[in-house]
Amino acid sequence: MSSLLNSIDFQYVIGALVKIAVFWIFIMLVVAYTVYAERRVLAVIQNRLGPNRVGWQGLLQPFADLLKFIFKEDIIPLAVNKWLYVLAPIIVLIPAMMVLIVYPFGPEVPLPFGPAISKIINDLGVSLGMNWNIELSTINLHVTNMNVGLLYVFAMTSLGIYGIVVGGWASNSKYSLLGGLRSSAQMISYELALSLSVIAVLIKAGTLDLAKIVGDQSDWYGFKWNIFHPVMFLPCIIAFSIYLISAIAETNRVPFDLPEAETELVAGFHTEYSSLKFALFFMAEYVNMMTVSVLATTLFLGGWNGLGVKTYPWLGPVWFLGKVFFFLFLYIWLRGTLPRFRYDQLMDFGWKVLLPAALFNVVLASAIGVLFL
Amino acid sequence: MEFSHILFLGLAALAVVAAFNVILQRNPIYSAIGLIVVLCSLAALFLTLSAQFIAAMQIIVYAGAIMVLFVFVIMLLNVRAEETRADKQKYLKWLAAPLFLALLAEVMAVVRYVNLTPQPLQSAIGGVNPQGVLGTVENIAFGMFTDYLIPFEAASILILMAIVGSMLLARREKKEDVERIEKALIAQQEEEQKYEEEVAV
Repeated sequence: MSSLLNSIDFQYVIGALVKIAVFWIFIMLVVAYTVYAERRVLAVIQNRLGPNRVGWQGLLQPFADLLKFIFKEDIIPLAVNKWLYVLAPIIVLIPAMMVLIVYPFGPEVPLPFGPAISKIINDLGVSLGMNWNIELSTINLHVTNMNVGLLYVFAMTSLGIYGIVVGGWASNSKYSLLGGLRSSAQMISYELALSLSVIAVLIKAGTLDLAKIVGDQSDWYGFKWNIFHPVMFLPCIIAFSIYLISAIAETNRVPFDLPEAETELVAGFHTEYSSLKFALFFMAEYVNMMTVSVLATTLFLGGWNGLGVKTYPWLGPVWFLGKVFFFLFLYIWLRGTLPRFRYDQLMDFGWKVLLPAALFNVVLASAIGVLFL
Repeated sequence: MEFSHILFLGLAALAVVAAFNVILQRNPIYSAIGLIVVLCSLAALFLTLSAQFIAAMQIIVYAGAIMVLFVFVIMLLNVRAEETRADKQKYLKWLAAPLFLALLAEVMAVVRYVNLTPQPLQSAIGGVNPQGVLGTVENIAFGMFTDYLIPFEAASILILMAIVGSMLLARREKKEDVERIEKALIAQQEEEQKYEEEVAV
């Protein structure tokens, strides 16, 4: 047992778990406040007030909503398939959250109170009879960097589809089933354009590792972002547009929110869900929004790169979050502005416009990459 | 007991339990979900062997694409739980045991062979590869586009042919059907013209 506690693997796992916990809490807070921001910004766009009663300017509204969700009656309709009905929100949420271990929040930063923290941990080890010798002076602001980081993200997002299909089917209601089928058809169609669009960036960076993709864009005082790259800017800008459009469709947001088109389908795949189960679907949607925003930032806008990051590494996460919040704001802005697509228009647009454009962009990026890079 | 052993035991147990779930469930949708769990735990096992690319591909291709089709078909056709009925192929199940034993023997032989002659893998940069970068994208791509280029291209042409073939099957229209539709369209146009003339009168 003591060999297990002393092994490098064990220390690595504990460190990773601590990081995951910190990042998870942070992401949950961001999700909660994205919902709040969405309601306030929509209210401004629609010339009304929005939630402003709980706390100063309604800032405690997310917690009030959470409490309300918990205490609502949890209804499981009689005719549903109970197992799958309960399982579906979990299947949606877990892959969505698993992605956060590759979010590149920032560069390697000096840890405040690093020596003091490592001394506390080592003393704890001594009192347990261990010899850990941990030295924490700098810390990487991501849980892990995989060699296949980008593929991992795509793998996890493609698993999320099951929750929606299964939830729609298990509800045993026409609206839910139609919503689930629509949603999965839409996600499968737009996934193609999405994954083809990132190839331009991969050709430029030569790696799938998200941390390395970001590190690759750090020249020019932190402004050599992929969309400004002197050689690859054209394919990268085309890829950026395709990515942005298909990412909105992937997350089922306006103007591609066909799966929950209120006027036709009541609420789509989550029509029959109430209380915390509904909240889980809701949370998964916002975590997915966060994920595609993080990917857009990382792949095209230089991730945590920006002015002054080289000298002050802690500016990295600030730049990163600023860009991510911009994309989240874009989502809300679009929701307040655009009407919904018709279903056949949506499919036509995905298969006949976006996919050929993405394929053309792959050819263009490869040609430029071979000739000039 | 090392940490990797604990991981392996947990993931392997999950895979075996889910695999039993696939064949023992009566409801096809439960079987499909069991199969997805098997594929995901296999992907995690690949990860513990530092075959990262294969793990990601396992989930994207099998769990993320092929199984979605399975689930779709089951849900759209509304396949009911398997009904209790007499087995038509009674003799087939007696073949199961010998076939299983043959498969087991084959796997044992392969494992023994692999253990006896460990092959040093070439890395993309050249030279013998340390184990840590065994299954990276670079390594797989290096093998795929050098030593195994012809099998890789042959497989992709095969898949392309399959796609074209399925398109052809799905789009097949009989000649008489096309003629009938054209006739109906012309008749409809004439009718519309007549109606317009009547309105004009």
